[in-house]
Amino acid sequence: MGVIDLAAFREDVGGSGPVCVRGGGTHWDVGGSDAGARSVPAPEGIEAFEPAEMTVTVGAGTTVEALGAALAEHGQEVAIDGPHGSTVGGALMVGRSPLRRGRLGEVADVLLQADCVGADGAAFTAGGPTVKNVTGYDLPRLLVGSLGTLALVGRVILRTRPLPEAFAWMSGAVSAGKVVDVLYRPATVLWDGVNTTVRVEGNSQDVDEEVDRLQMLGMETSVEPVLPPEWDRWTGALPVGGVLEVGAGVVHRPDAPEPAKVPVGVRSLGERVRDSFDPTRRLNPGRDPHRVPA
Amino acid sequence: MPSSFVSGLVGRIRGHDALERELVAVVGRGRVESGAGALKLYSRDGSVTRGGHPGIVCFPETTAEVSACVSTAARHGRPFVPRGAGTGLAGGAVPCEEPVMVVTTRMDDIYEVDVERRLAWVGPGVVNLDLSRHLEGTGLHFAPDPSSQQACTIGGNVASNSGGPHCLLYGVTSAHVLAVEVVLPDGEVVVIGAEEGRAPGYDLRGAFVGGEGTLGIATKICVRLTEDPPEVATLLLDFESVQGAADTVSAVIAAGIVPAALEIMDQRVVEAVEPFVEAGYPMDAAAVLIVELDGMTAGVAAAVARIQDIGTANGARTVRVAATEDERARIWKGRKSAFGAIAVIKPDYYLNDTVIPRTRLAEVLTRVYEVVEERDLIVMNVFHAGDGNLHPLIVFDAREPGVMERVLEAGEEIVRISVEAGGVLSGEHGIGLEKKRFMPLQFSPADLEAQDRLRRAFDVNGLANPAKVLPSGASCGHVTSLGRAPEGTWV
Repeated sequence: MGVIDLAAFREDVGGSGPVCVRGGGTHWDVGGSDAGARSVPAPEGIEAFEPAEMTVTVGAGTTVEALGAALAEHGQEVAIDGPHGSTVGGALMVGRSPLRRGRLGEVADVLLQADCVGADGAAFTAGGPTVKNVTGYDLPRLLVGSLGTLALVGRVILRTRPLPEAFAWMSGAVSAGKVVDVLYRPATVLWDGVNTTVRVEGNSQDVDEEVDRLQMLGMETSVEPVLPPEWDRWTGALPVGGVLEVGAGVVHRPDAPEPAKVPVGVRSLGERVRDSFDPTRRLNPGRDPHRVPA
Repeated sequence: MPSSFVSGLVGRIRGHDALERELVAVVGRGRVESGAGALKLYSRDGSVTRGGHPGIVCFPETTAEVSACVSTAARHGRPFVPRGAGTGLAGGAVPCEEPVMVVTTRMDDIYEVDVERRLAWVGPGVVNLDLSRHLEGTGLHFAPDPSSQQACTIGGNVASNSGGPHCLLYGVTSAHVLAVEVVLPDGEVVVIGAEEGRAPGYDLRGAFVGGEGTLGIATKICVRLTEDPPEVATLLLDFESVQGAADTVSAVIAAGIVPAALEIMDQRVVEAVEPFVEAGYPMDAAAVLIVELDGMTAGVAAAVARIQDIGTANGARTVRVAATEDERARIWKGRKSAFGAIAVIKPDYYLNDTVIPRTRLAEVLTRVYEVVEERDLIVMNVFHAGDGNLHPLIVFDAREPGVMERVLEAGEEIVRISVEAGGVLSGEHGIGLEKKRFMPLQFSPADLEAQDRLRRAFDVNGLANPAKVLPSGASCGHVTSLGRAPEGTWV
């Protein structure tokens, strides 16, 4: 563990010219492109982890895997998913909730504090370090999913969760509704048009009991499914090769979706927010969160 | 008297008459109040702030009416202040600059409950507990449960990002608001968020929740409904020292257990509450700790056993597991009626709300007792220990000369101690008017400027609930906050 050098990050970002932070680049095309903006790295490393506090302070450039491994040593995790190589900052800026959101919660609720550099090159802090906080405006939630267009994030404090004691994946040609009916807070329920695949987790005896219930429905033990890489908003029809995250409003699909349709009033409020934070549009000028469907 | 003054005054009165006429045309006669009684009633909220001046009070019933009220106010250059039940404790609904008060309590329809998709659309005026009652039998509930839940509205919960004991596991209001129909400060109506999953674009819903009425008015709210747990265990532990209770809380979290609720009440609270509620709290305990665990049977049983061990190791004299639903209800009734029972000790109280790291509960509580007792005051602690959310309640008799200054000093010192311990100004009551002046303790000018950028994007003309939250900008006219009031003004 070491201290994150935020001053160096602020200098890297500077006060003028188009700029962006490149994380692992695993979702580099989400919501647009870098449009040739100068790319700076975010600081890496875990600065502080207090298992008894259930918070972790980490450089935004730290990989999701490295953070996960450090937390797992103390039986904890965070509600952030990402493919191999993805960074904590990148995952927060893309703003996809973890597949296990039924237990872990939404990514919007994981970010407690963010140390940022604004469009004017000045450092500022959004939110606060405690697990509960309503002091001033909720900038952390605004930053999650903002694709780095409001501020560039150097260091974050995240809420952690205890790792489940046990889990099981089960799958079978049973309707998602029937599956949900026999379970309490499943971590995720997936439906590919034929099969429902579910992950249950928690106390090992409870997991065994839920597995029994699912077997009674005709489901069998399975493994974590490999999901198609792209995602879209669920509109009631499953695309070819698509997998629905039941109750999450998200459908995983093989090909990129159409850009989202956003009501005029919502878009114009969003543009006002962006202009207010970045009047010259120097932060990630080639990206627009309104293009991201879900 | 100079004629310009007279004509100015006449113009202002005429302007006010015109404003009232237009508002009556919008919402109808009988739903606009400008009499002295109404203006007095709506001059304050649940906080200790006094001296607010509403210009006029409106009671719209539809989104279109709210929008028209806001637009009408804007045409007259008047600010507006949204208001629910007025139970807020930070002065967020106290009117500054003679605003149009937009009271949403009549918008109390529960429009839709979708049991399968676990969501409900409700009006902002729906009372928190009424929604829970409405949901009985569906197997679902609305998780945020502030202590004022019998009176406070969902609209107010959204504005304050309210908490409550069960937010430890389930999260505060923001985690339970999926979408909001909002009348923006220019009168435009937008729906932010989505019934399922994340809406495209910025998380405007996340930014709006907790905006304390400065970003617009919620007119319809889509809330997430939480599955009732199949098993609930409520434990009551009692200790010979507050430190023992606090250490138990820290140790439970450290053991990787996140209970549904972890609440501490100290001896003075127990002494005030027990005679009324007969919850079975031991009157000689220095502190009691309520722990609630929920989930599936085996997991709950395992956690109960762990907590019994942890409690005993930290000095718990007894660990009682509620055996019946009635016993459980009484344990909670004592906790939720704590503030009401306090009047038996002293007539006035000042309730603070800060958050500290939960690993530092014992040491910070010790400091809180010292700070208050050094000033010859009485403090009672009843709080959401699991997330480090302190609620020191200083009780006093305002008729006692000089007591206000001491209460103010102690309150300010508690805020300082909390921030110095790595904490924040507010965990669930918000900033409103009451804590505005403390904002620089936690935030730099650049931090505050970033927050103001959000506010300005929503409220371009600065007409939404002015003089709240951020310390810059307008002050609130004649309003007095704790400590700056002349003696004898406290009700």
